[in-house]
Amino acid sequence: MAQIFGDFRENLPTDHEFLILGFSPSSIPIQQRWRNNGLSADFVADYLATFFSASETDSQAQARQAEIKSAVSYIANELLENAMKFNDETVRYSIRFGMHLINDAEHTIVLVATNSISLETFTRFKAYVQEFLASDPDELYMRQLELTAESIEAGSAGLGLLTMRTDYEAKLGWKFDAVENEPTAIAVTTMVQLPV
Amino acid sequence: MAATLDQPMNVNMEVIQGENYQASYDAENATVRLTGSLRLSSPTEYQPIVDLLNAVAAAEPPTIVLDLRQLEFLNSSGISMLSKFAIAMRKRETSNIVVRGSSSIPWQGKSLKNLQRLMPNLTLELN
Repeated sequence: MAQIFGDFRENLPTDHEFLILGFSPSSIPIQQRWRNNGLSADFVADYLATFFSASETDSQAQARQAEIKSAVSYIANELLENAMKFNDETVRYSIRFGMHLINDAEHTIVLVATNSISLETFTRFKAYVQEFLASDPDELYMRQLELTAESIEAGSAGLGLLTMRTDYEAKLGWKFDAVENEPTAIAVTTMVQLPV
Repeated sequence: MAATLDQPMNVNMEVIQGENYQASYDAENATVRLTGSLRLSSPTEYQPIVDLLNAVAAAEPPTIVLDLRQLEFLNSSGISMLSKFAIAMRKRETSNIVVRGSSSIPWQGKSLKNLQRLMPNLTLELN
């Protein structure tokens, strides 16, 4: 039974532009794959930007296009980094990344990443998601950075997700679901909605 | 992808050259310049740049300039690194910090203001 948290759209409209990329995490070690994240994120951003083309004389439209491209590149890169970093490599389950351009009541860019995680990671991450959603965005952002500054070893866990919300005004949601034939893993889908 | 120190410490210009980025320190102007696209995978990979920043901080110049005007991309691990530096400098109270950014690079307009929230005395110049 799937568990949903935050702003998560289960059924995206059937008629819209989308692009799905798949990565088999077992085929290449993560360090070699890392540069792929940047390439994929930039590719998705460049591709999407063509739907917001701006004439050379319209500087306002050009600035908007550059802003959308930069936002998509940053968010896609963070989603891919997280998916690669936390993926459970003992499970045969491809990492999937999707970009959707939804034109209904308002234009929304939807970026989605799905990967498998271990049960241990699931417990930790679910607690983080609940804290994330229950906290004031700016307060949590500052609190987490002050905490990270205290320890030399602590990484930037969650900072990517926090910046999407505070700096890009994106809406975030998660779905946790079972992985078929893999009782020790959970499939996590992170969805980021960016109004444009 | 590992960064290398091209020159030994305590010379006037120190450069860390990565695959898609460069970090340099110009001691004469107390300026740390980051250029290119920085998306390293872990705090460990950022350590050479952290060491550079710490060395600059230890020299205690009156003002340290962070020149980011040609930094096209920075991932959240990199934002974390700059944030930690801002917090550390707030606590040290030894140097003023000036961050120079570019308003034509969209991420800078969105994310650099957070450095000022972490270190209220920091000067942010977006041109």
